Amino acid sequence: MATWTWFHRLASPPYVYRTAATLTPWFAVVAALAIGYGFFGGLVLAPPDYQQKDAFRIIYVHAPSAWLSLLAYTTLAVAAAVGLVWRMKVAHAVAAAAAPIGASFTFLALLTGSLWGKPMWGTWWTWDARLTSELILLFLYLGYMALRSAFDDRQRADRASAVLAVVGVVNVPIIHFSVTWWNSLHQGSTVMKLAKPSMPGSMLWPLLASFLGFTLLFAALLCVRLRAEILERERQASWLKSIVEKR
Amino acid sequence: MTPRRKRLLLVGGILVGVGLATGVATMAFRENLSYFYNPTQVTEGQVPRGRSFRVGGLVTKGSLKRVPGNEEVRFVVTDLNRDVTVAYTGVLPDLFREGQGIIAHGRLDGSGVFVADEVLAKHDEKYMPPEVAQSLKKAPGGAGPGGEGKGT
Repeated sequence: MATWTWFHRLASPPYVYRTAATLTPWFAVVAALAIGYGFFGGLVLAPPDYQQKDAFRIIYVHAPSAWLSLLAYTTLAVAAAVGLVWRMKVAHAVAAAAAPIGASFTFLALLTGSLWGKPMWGTWWTWDARLTSELILLFLYLGYMALRSAFDDRQRADRASAVLAVVGVVNVPIIHFSVTWWNSLHQGSTVMKLAKPSMPGSMLWPLLASFLGFTLLFAALLCVRLRAEILERERQASWLKSIVEKR
Repeated sequence: MTPRRKRLLLVGGILVGVGLATGVATMAFRENLSYFYNPTQVTEGQVPRGRSFRVGGLVTKGSLKRVPGNEEVRFVVTDLNRDVTVAYTGVLPDLFREGQGIIAHGRLDGSGVFVADEVLAKHDEKYMPPEVAQSLKKAPGGAGPGGEGKGT
């Protein structure tokens, strides 16, 4: 079937290896531009908040990091599920490549939130639903990576960790809706909701640019890590040897 | 059934199963997962007795009083339905002000006063420049900023 050729092509390591290499600079350049505008607009041009003053500006790092923590996990879980069902090695490679990136941004979201929480709320940390579920996400990432490294056999590592990844995806909607389902200390969503954002354009546009920039940064990092992952997995493959010999 | 279809069903089954289990568990622990109780729940006695808990709501305008002689402050927290008086000794967070949302941790004393050992400021999801906040405040009949939409 013609509609499925793109899917089958994605199962081919040489194709993905080459495509990732082509896409990386594009993602990286647009990410740099978007983050550059987002940070300059947010940290310099945007007016201070009427209550938080300049402290609100941490949102330009915190919110996109938190968004990435969820996006990276969803990517990881979808890739893991595809790997499980279609026995696609490249999909497992995507999941493995996404984990450390997701874990880093989860940590960044927790760290920036904590730095903001002390002056604004009056505490570094508290066990409210949003904070706790985000911390569980960090542990899921770490558990996923630990489980992978516990197997010597790559195929076993792929499958066992993929099951963990799929089970853990239930936490993603919990994190997002934790602030609406339960009373929490963390405020509700400003941007990520169906209603109009609770923020004027002068603050909002740089924030949206940051969201876009972080997303593309994730795409670029994922491409780089995916290529490394494929290199390691395919080190015995003839297509790779022919590339190396050409150089 | 092809093996691939079987695996697809298995992965789908895991998702549905884990999702349902989590849904049931969170429903069962609904109250326990909430970070704070509102003043209505406190006055109606739906709070743990003899144990500390959190109460959250808006600080009633004009209710903040300092007790002369020591560091204690007293203020009234409301959900626009019922009120609870909170007594607290210590430093209040930056965002603490009348009309704002706060969450206090502590326990009820015999006379119905909530004796807090920690007061946190709850920020809402609204952001705006100071000038906009000013003009909103001045606008006749306009809903001013500050004050949280949700009481619960």
